[in-house]
Amino acid sequence: MDQHTTTTATSFALNGNISRVEAAAGERLSYSLRERLGRRDVKIGCNAGDCGACTVLVDGAPVCACLMPTQQAAGRSVETLSGLVKADSDAQALMKSFQHHQAAQCGICTPGMMVSAVALLRKTPQPDQAQVQDALGGVLCRCTGYRKIIDAVIGAHAADDLIEAPQDLGQNVRRLDGRAKVDGTERFGDDVAPAGALVARVIRSPHASASFTLGDVQQWQATQPAVSAVLTAKDVPGRNAFGVIPGFIDQPVFAVSHVRFRGEAIACVVGSAEAINAIDLSSFPVDWTVKPALSDIDEALEPDAPQLFDDRPGNIMCGGFVQCGDADAALANADFTVEAVHKTSFVEHGYIEPEAGFAEVVQGRLHVHACTQAPAMDREALAYILDLPLTDIRIVPTAVGGGFGSKIDLSLQPFIALAALKTGKPVRMTYSRNETMQSTTKRHPAQIRIKVGANADGTLSGLRFDGDFNTGSYASWGPTVANRVPVHASGPYYIPDYRAQSRAVHTHCPPSGAFRGFGVPQSAIAQETVFDLLAEKLGMDALDFRLKNALSDWVRTVCGQVFPQGVGIRQCLEALRPAWEAAKIECAAFNDRNSAVKRGVGLASAWYGCGNTSLPNPSTIKAGLRGDGTIVLHQGAMDIGQGSNTVIPQIFAKALGVSVSDITIVGADTDITPDAGKTSASRQTFVSGNAALKAGEALRADILRQVNAGPTAQIIAKARRINVMDGPHSQTLDLSRLSPNDQGYVLMAQQTYDPPVKPLDDNGQGEPYAQFGYAAQLVVVEVDIALGLCKPLRFVAAHDVGRAINPLLVEGQVQGGIAQGLGMALMEEYIPGRTENLHDYLIPTIGDIPPIETLILEIADAHGPYGAKGLGEHVLIPTAPAIFNAIYHATGARITHTPATPTRLRAALKEAGHA
Amino acid sequence: MSYITATTLEDALNRLAAGPASVIAGGTDWFPAQGDKQFRGTLLDISRLSELRGITRTNDGWTIGAATTWTDIVNADLPAAFNGLKQAAREVGSIQIQNVGTIAGNLCNASPAADGVPPLLSLGAEVELATARMTRRLPLGDFLLGVRRTDRADDELVTAIHIPACSPNSCGSFLKLGTRKYLVISICMVAVLATVQEGKLSDIAIAIGAASPVTLRLTALENHLRTLPVIDVSRHVTAAMVTGLSPIADIRASAEYRHAASAEVIRRAISLALEGKA
Repeated sequence: MDQHTTTTATSFALNGNISRVEAAAGERLSYSLRERLGRRDVKIGCNAGDCGACTVLVDGAPVCACLMPTQQAAGRSVETLSGLVKADSDAQALMKSFQHHQAAQCGICTPGMMVSAVALLRKTPQPDQAQVQDALGGVLCRCTGYRKIIDAVIGAHAADDLIEAPQDLGQNVRRLDGRAKVDGTERFGDDVAPAGALVARVIRSPHASASFTLGDVQQWQATQPAVSAVLTAKDVPGRNAFGVIPGFIDQPVFAVSHVRFRGEAIACVVGSAEAINAIDLSSFPVDWTVKPALSDIDEALEPDAPQLFDDRPGNIMCGGFVQCGDADAALANADFTVEAVHKTSFVEHGYIEPEAGFAEVVQGRLHVHACTQAPAMDREALAYILDLPLTDIRIVPTAVGGGFGSKIDLSLQPFIALAALKTGKPVRMTYSRNETMQSTTKRHPAQIRIKVGANADGTLSGLRFDGDFNTGSYASWGPTVANRVPVHASGPYYIPDYRAQSRAVHTHCPPSGAFRGFGVPQSAIAQETVFDLLAEKLGMDALDFRLKNALSDWVRTVCGQVFPQGVGIRQCLEALRPAWEAAKIECAAFNDRNSAVKRGVGLASAWYGCGNTSLPNPSTIKAGLRGDGTIVLHQGAMDIGQGSNTVIPQIFAKALGVSVSDITIVGADTDITPDAGKTSASRQTFVSGNAALKAGEALRADILRQVNAGPTAQIIAKARRINVMDGPHSQTLDLSRLSPNDQGYVLMAQQTYDPPVKPLDDNGQGEPYAQFGYAAQLVVVEVDIALGLCKPLRFVAAHDVGRAINPLLVEGQVQGGIAQGLGMALMEEYIPGRTENLHDYLIPTIGDIPPIETLILEIADAHGPYGAKGLGEHVLIPTAPAIFNAIYHATGARITHTPATPTRLRAALKEAGHA
Repeated sequence: MSYITATTLEDALNRLAAGPASVIAGGTDWFPAQGDKQFRGTLLDISRLSELRGITRTNDGWTIGAATTWTDIVNADLPAAFNGLKQAAREVGSIQIQNVGTIAGNLCNASPAADGVPPLLSLGAEVELATARMTRRLPLGDFLLGVRRTDRADDELVTAIHIPACSPNSCGSFLKLGTRKYLVISICMVAVLATVQEGKLSDIAIAIGAASPVTLRLTALENHLRTLPVIDVSRHVTAAMVTGLSPIADIRASAEYRHAASAEVIRRAISLALEGKA
């Protein structure tokens, strides 16, 4: 078969230089720019014009490079971010402004944002908010919540005011890795493969449930001369299974004889890029026998439902349980009770960077370069799959273009690893948007029944919670969701009589896994919305009701845990009071004048335990002093946009007593950095931060000991000299008399921190977390009655972070979390097989996120580094229930099925009596 | 497989006459439809045909070249009757899409949710098609046959959209109902062209998209509203008057919601047109 494609030579001015490219007929300009012209600053998120990451300027106008045939660029000017930042004054101003405002978190959308902003600023140097939104409306961001991006573009030509913050702890230190995110040099998963690397592509099941037999794969390969290798289950040398929780390692790398979800891998083909681009996989020899598929919890729980696993009867994978007192008796005796049900949908993580990376064999060892949240776990899982010792595997994480939980799990790593080992050549792979959406993990859909009771004085007396979570086809982090939910389903309140149980239910859907909050956002919707109903029944103000029942120091949680300090929920709620009182008056006044649209204000609380639930969860941080005076920090806590590459050095520098600019940072890389654990469970600032603090203190003690200085002495690390000022005495550490160890360090410190927790007993009583973080958010919404549209107008978010190591990073997390919470509340609904792209699956755009005021509270925690608490997940938990409470306040309409799409909101309005 | 960049209209038509080719202009629908599949045919790029680009005044109205982009339409100096078309242009996808996406591409793609169709239908647009041998014109409503189906023959090229002259008292509007602000495929959308004389609605055209396989003109409702005093128009738009829709249930909305929302969106679009707002 003739596989040749016609190529044509096309010339255009690329960033001012005439470039010539041989592109296939109709080849996407984005592909030519990245793969043939090395312009990796052009990012690809969807190949459909839905995300705008690939935005370039063609003759000055922003276009999606993925939607332009390369030949159409002939004779034109094409500008990309990396060229613009070298020569264009608007781009240079944006570069500064984006860093100053921390408008780039993970950085994957940043090229698209900045290039679009350049086009705007050329026409409109001082744009207003609406102009920025219109100009950037075609670029999706999943991290920032857009507000910092708006600030950065509006403020681009205010460069004189962009004074860099001091580098101390507690200051808005610019991201230490921020420059690469704004000049196009950051290297993500798809940006690192060597030229000429082979390409792997997975063959996936088109059916949700089916058995299959493979035909003669070898013979098929013989008909595909350009294919170098075909991999199936037979090619897995070790255990053909992966997972994240011991006892739940159940997902095959390649299905053997039957599949449990649409998109499950059955084989993988490897060949040159040209061959794989051109391959027609419809001829691959596989015979399918389609079986009935379970698409939701109700179907899976039917007595005669097909069983996904023989050893998980009734399709129940596992459950969770927490009980204190006697909830049923308390509810029976309560003066007031409210009972409600709530249903939520699959939510897609929607990071703009699809999974990507490459693997190669180097001197007999396997190196895997890919985007990940958990390098050490990747290494361990691959060791089992490949039957290799851990020492033979090196994980070199690339920059991560968003993760939010899904990139904790393995995705493409086994495929590229097996392919590299089989072919002996570097092999790369990039998931298509469709592939990432159909095959990677999702947020669990939940079906929750909740009953809550109170005494006439407003004191909560009892709560009963029963939640089923659609855990999909494989375990992933489903057990963690089942575990965490009953611990958190009380919210941050004192409830003497409590009973909460959860079940993880298998269906033939994609695996549900970790997604910012591990099931707690779903349970918080049920709990926080029913609290408003109860407050109403009691005739109490929703804020007063929460304050009356909020936890405080020395008050036991539903797990029987008592914190003597650090419980900050009251302060969060009190912080909202001025905005709450003002918004109630404002909404009432507005509603007096308007009937077609109504305004309401709602609030919700959240708490969230930082780190693993009752399990060991250590982080290790290493640092050393080289003979040349360089201080090196081995920073292995994966930065997926949240900022650990900045926060961990800030903590370390503070402990050591130097400035962050005095430190050289290396990692993450399993050959270089000790295991700092996974980036999940809001644990990096808390757990790895503590390890960094301890490492800094240890290195400091070592240095001071060398010069016999006292503990209060000041270390000055400048010009590769280490001076120590102890009172009036100044000494220089004589590095030449110290001999380097085998790692080249004359002094080295490695410290581990593991949060103190205790196991939960059969009733879930124990000490699940060493610390919780606390939050309360308020939102004002406007509801269009006739069309069922909800428009949030502004948020006020109060977050107790213990200590804000970097307040601007805190704001970034809050705003990004609220954007995801808003999406979950109003538009995001993943339906397997139907919404596997970013135009049918909607995430918020820059026009959908209103102003967000962040109130940072610092109720120090004794266990946190400098008092700091985790934050990453807390930020989205209160958002959706706050929105639903605001809708109820505005209209009396109760949302019982998330998301509140126009269809559902309109139906709820009708039920509430709005004709 | 080959890529042909047409430099004259004649070239393009001759190439189409010579055998099947896939026509590409802005590419904003072509690439998503193609997906990750390798394209093996012939691509005919008409984006450089300057004779197909731009908006011109004619003796009997206006002509919009087939390869005119949405951005061209936004930037054009046009009378208030085109307000709806301009607003639709601003709401097609994103600026990135508007900068290259063309008006004829939007029509040829024949999506039930094509943003350009309702305003063009309300303006009474006709589609001009040409082959190497002949040219024909037909009303837009006859050109669009169904979901992803048009009357264009394989060897034909849409060359222009013709819009009849309209009264200086006419004002257009466009209203799109979607779940988010930008980059959104509509749940439904309505374009209105209203002409007011001496406080009365002397003429009105109403077109609704994404509420049936092809965009509909609501002629019964138009007839009912015509000649009404402006202040009475809104209350005459009732759900019962909105007939002939066959909305589908899909991921964006239920059929019931679409039906109920349609009347409201129509009412609001009419108000916008009467107020002289887009």
